[in-house]
Amino acid sequence: MATSAPLIAITDVTKTYRMGEVEVEALRGVSVDVDPGEFVAVMGPSGSGKSTLLNILGCFDRPTRGHYRLAGEDVSELGSDALAETRNRTLGFVFQSFNLLARTTALENVELPLVYAGVHPRTRRDRATAALERVGLAERLHHHPSQLSGGQQQRVAIARALVNDPRLVLADEPTGNLDSRASDEMMALLGALADDGITIVIVTHEPDVAARARRVIVVRDGLIQEDRAGVADRAVGTP
Amino acid sequence: MRPGDIVRVALRALMRNKLRSLLTALGIIIGVAAVIAMVAIGEGARARVEQAFSAMGTNVLIVSSGAKTSGGAKAGAGSLPTLTWDDLRAIRSDVNGVRFVAPRVHTTSQVVAEDRNWSTVVTGTTPEFFEIRNWPARIGAVLSQDEVDSGAKTVVLGQTVATNLFGASSDPIGQVVRIANVPFQVIGVATAKGQSASGNDYDDVVYVPVTTFLAKIQGSLQKFIPGTILIEVTSDDVTTEVAEHVSALLRDRHGVAIGEDDDFTVKNLTETASRKQESSEALTLLLASIAAVSLLVGGIGIMNIMLVSVSERTREIGVRMAVGAKARHVRLQFLAEALALALAGGVIGVAVGVVTAGRLATRFGWPMLIRPEIVALAVGFSAAVGIGFGLYPAHKASRLDPIQALRYE
Repeated sequence: MATSAPLIAITDVTKTYRMGEVEVEALRGVSVDVDPGEFVAVMGPSGSGKSTLLNILGCFDRPTRGHYRLAGEDVSELGSDALAETRNRTLGFVFQSFNLLARTTALENVELPLVYAGVHPRTRRDRATAALERVGLAERLHHHPSQLSGGQQQRVAIARALVNDPRLVLADEPTGNLDSRASDEMMALLGALADDGITIVIVTHEPDVAARARRVIVVRDGLIQEDRAGVADRAVGTP
Repeated sequence: MRPGDIVRVALRALMRNKLRSLLTALGIIIGVAAVIAMVAIGEGARARVEQAFSAMGTNVLIVSSGAKTSGGAKAGAGSLPTLTWDDLRAIRSDVNGVRFVAPRVHTTSQVVAEDRNWSTVVTGTTPEFFEIRNWPARIGAVLSQDEVDSGAKTVVLGQTVATNLFGASSDPIGQVVRIANVPFQVIGVATAKGQSASGNDYDDVVYVPVTTFLAKIQGSLQKFIPGTILIEVTSDDVTTEVAEHVSALLRDRHGVAIGEDDDFTVKNLTETASRKQESSEALTLLLASIAAVSLLVGGIGIMNIMLVSVSERTREIGVRMAVGAKARHVRLQFLAEALALALAGGVIGVAVGVVTAGRLATRFGWPMLIRPEIVALAVGFSAAVGIGFGLYPAHKASRLDPIQALRYE
């Protein structure tokens, strides 16, 4: 694939949780590189370690051992404030349950990352409006989440993930709460973002959804079991 | 994060639960209102006491006759005249620290003008009385020593009597009024003094020379003063000392044996005033501490609701952290909410307290006294309560793990 430096470079990452007396090894030595503009699906049964991997990729958690370089910076040793800053500047998140603030307009929800980045309110408004236009919600700026359909809510969430111009968007089961039509639209939207050069990593257990990605990584028992080109990629016939 | 955003986020969270916010702030509102009202009441009462005592004359001792024991039964003060004119002269000449000495004898009598009459207290005294009471004439003059010496039939009217006999704005100087059928010429009207703490009208009185009083209005044994002796001492510090000297002198003059009770009473007004002052200060302190306790309870209420709010909004906190809120942003947000609650409570409390104090002041007829530093203190204290009791919930919120917060149902 691309020959430039990888956006994500994970080397021998392990993650061990203590649950009382017992130590649980969620990741047992994972190495993976993701280049800018890739559209990756992470699959695996529950308990496989894919959520742990996503938490580490999303800078919510630090690896027990090993290194994680994100956009050239080693983030495996950062403190919680620095991690929060990285999440704010480099990453965007989309969750299964949307996680929009209730009784808050779409516009204000999308502005939220910019609030913590200390952006001026007027600039914030302009950028949030642009992000919502990009996901096709120009007519819904002042609607509350409860006034929007599931698909629309998830698009607000994507606008929120995009508003700070991230290098990487992480999506955790983004279609889990959507019907099939909204799912299709969602995957099309994520694919379009990847085409625009934003790296997309989604976690899913649905093969249909994973098939829309251009690379599929299967995690099992804390290890990468399989790392292959996605159906979508093969379909368009790239080598 | 911009400071304006912290304030905006906090206010919006509070506005979302208006009733809850109001009820939470109620503790602080009541606490602050109580502090303001209580302190205002305390100050008002104190001012009233001060006013009353300054009207009666400061540094004043009152010596009255009596408390004579006859056959085992002890009669009240003044029940039998024991003070003599010689006692009065002896106090003037033998006791150091005495500035003025005046006798005061009185009775209630009808005062009759041409077409109106009025029942009032007729007092016989000397010019020094007006010095002791710090009481100049509003128009005309007060009694003179010549009038006392000659037993002149002159009278000084209190404002209330002047108003009732001649009308509020009249000048009755030179008019004649009859007291006990004796004609007296009005030579002055005393300045108005108002009411005492217990509601007595200081101005419902007329003054005549003591000699005339005893000769024409109420006869008495030549030797005795059928009333009291007022003494003004030269300064506050010597009041007690002078009182002791007067007692010793009178015991000696009256031949009271050691171990026997005095046949007179020396009342120290300064002492009475400071005792009243102390008790009103103690009361203020008590009320203020009750109010402080209610502020504390209000603070606990804020903490309680903030803890509920943190656990209700766990997911929201998770979302904010996921998109880049640092621990201190979350802490500041909840601190700002607690502070806003407490400050709003404080400001509303001040308003309620001022209105309450105003009503009470009107009701009891004392001056409305609200010291700005008390208001500042109350608001400052409620802000401190907000921050103090907001710290723990805010800390708790900031320590949440974003992964778990996002999964929280």
